[in-house]
Amino acid sequence: MSGFLERISSGALLISDGATGTYLQQNGLEPGGCPEAFNSDHPEVIREMAAAYFAAGSDMVETNSFGGSRYMLAKYGHGDRVEELNRLAGELARAAAPDGCFVLGSIGPTGEILAEKGGAADDGEMYGVFQEQARGLAAGGVDAVCIETMSDVTGEMSLAIRAVKETTGLPVVATLCFDRGPRGLFTMMGDTPQSASAALTEMGADVVGSNCGIAIGDMIEVIVAMRQATDRPILTHINAGIPRIEAGEIVYPDSPEFMADQMERVIEAGANLVGGCCGTGPEHVRAFVSRLRGGAA
Amino acid sequence: MSEKGGKVPEFIRTTMAELADIPNEFIRNELDEFVERDDERAELIELYSQSAPHLLEIGAAIISGRNEDSDRLTVEALQRGTGALEVMDDGLIAGMALVGIKFRENFIFVPEVLACARAMKAGMVHIEPILSASGIEPLAKVIMGTVKGDLHDIGKNLCIMMLRGAGFEVIDLGVDISADEFIDAVEQHNATLVGMSALLTTTMPNMGRTIDAFIDADVRDDVKIMVGGAPVTPEFADEMGADAYGDNAVECVEVAKRLVGVSR
Repeated sequence: MSGFLERISSGALLISDGATGTYLQQNGLEPGGCPEAFNSDHPEVIREMAAAYFAAGSDMVETNSFGGSRYMLAKYGHGDRVEELNRLAGELARAAAPDGCFVLGSIGPTGEILAEKGGAADDGEMYGVFQEQARGLAAGGVDAVCIETMSDVTGEMSLAIRAVKETTGLPVVATLCFDRGPRGLFTMMGDTPQSASAALTEMGADVVGSNCGIAIGDMIEVIVAMRQATDRPILTHINAGIPRIEAGEIVYPDSPEFMADQMERVIEAGANLVGGCCGTGPEHVRAFVSRLRGGAA
Repeated sequence: MSEKGGKVPEFIRTTMAELADIPNEFIRNELDEFVERDDERAELIELYSQSAPHLLEIGAAIISGRNEDSDRLTVEALQRGTGALEVMDDGLIAGMALVGIKFRENFIFVPEVLACARAMKAGMVHIEPILSASGIEPLAKVIMGTVKGDLHDIGKNLCIMMLRGAGFEVIDLGVDISADEFIDAVEQHNATLVGMSALLTTTMPNMGRTIDAFIDADVRDDVKIMVGGAPVTPEFADEMGADAYGDNAVECVEVAKRLVGVSR
């Protein structure tokens, strides 16, 4: 069941999964619906999603718990179901996982800004919110926790890393979301990939990295910069490009083949675990596996 | 909106004040260091060089995010007889103008902007009652909200702060706002501008549906509609019939001014 960090330190390249939200939208999630409610209302969809990624060749999948914090679930009236929905998220992915494959519990942003960063959220409260979610994921049997799409390194991310480690002792993957502005790549709070990578390492994240926000070309630049500041394994989950509208439909432009073509550069840049974010699906994973392992899964 | 690195119009060039004419060292330095576009430099030098020194102190407090100073200096300026409108325009709004540029250009980020916006608010609480008592109208009334199904409001809230910082009156409807709620708010507040945001690709189409609802309710011509949010593009804004798109909170203000016909 475990051995996640050992597998990485053995030098193995791990291939992760693709998007959760995109998959759920194609399988009945209404616009603005609560994705985590699917864990109890449509468990078969969540199990099938994990199974589809494993069948495509993923070595690991993430749980359907990105918005599983009390802050986010409360917006849908599910604030009192944090432990249940996170536990189910872990159990459903675990049930689909073949031996030797891993389940990472996903923790996304709370949507709140801490008081120390000019917002309203209390840091003690936010710490407790992450603890609660981490307990649920651990009860669901995850091998590690992936705290992702974060923008506030020294505040929200730091609290989440501490909460997960102190509550569960599980390995922590910590990935940030960068955006390209006029002066380069920054998080919303102003961290550069290099400064953030150093900070995450200092905080004790077992794996650092970046996900979402930018297309694969920019992500390669992020990985290069992060690699300069850390000796930790690097994970990246990359969007299928920047979405655009075609005939009223939202289209992610980067095909499985295009992304697979770039993946060797992502790995050369320093990534040890690669996968997809928004707009990617099992077909992307299949293309990554085929390109990086020279054959079908 | 002016192009990046745009030319200085001739009329500004000939009447252009010098950086040294700005009677506040901090603001002089900030402007010199952070405002790189020629047109914006000329515009801000013009603005600050004509402002009274005690009002530039307020601007400096806002740029540094010192809300207690902003609060105190605003009260002092009003006590010594400076008009509320002048304190707002040449002090508070003038300060936020530089903050907006620093934010757009990645010199400062969300935490710093929030601190500046808080300082702005600390001054505005003294200005607003005076303005409304004397019947002075805001630049325009703007209805803001995230569209139906979208619960993500950080970007929208930044836009609201910058809009207020520029002198707009903003009615914040919050998150998950239906087309009917937008339409009702426009009618109730007699607003001329609507700003909608979405973070999710899945809720983004609800912007188009909201605009369609304005058409169906026969009120589309009563308002200008601007849209924004991470996945939103100018092309998408066009396709769904919005009047304008803003890429960030600073552009949101530029767009809002353009839509209501204010030059600066």
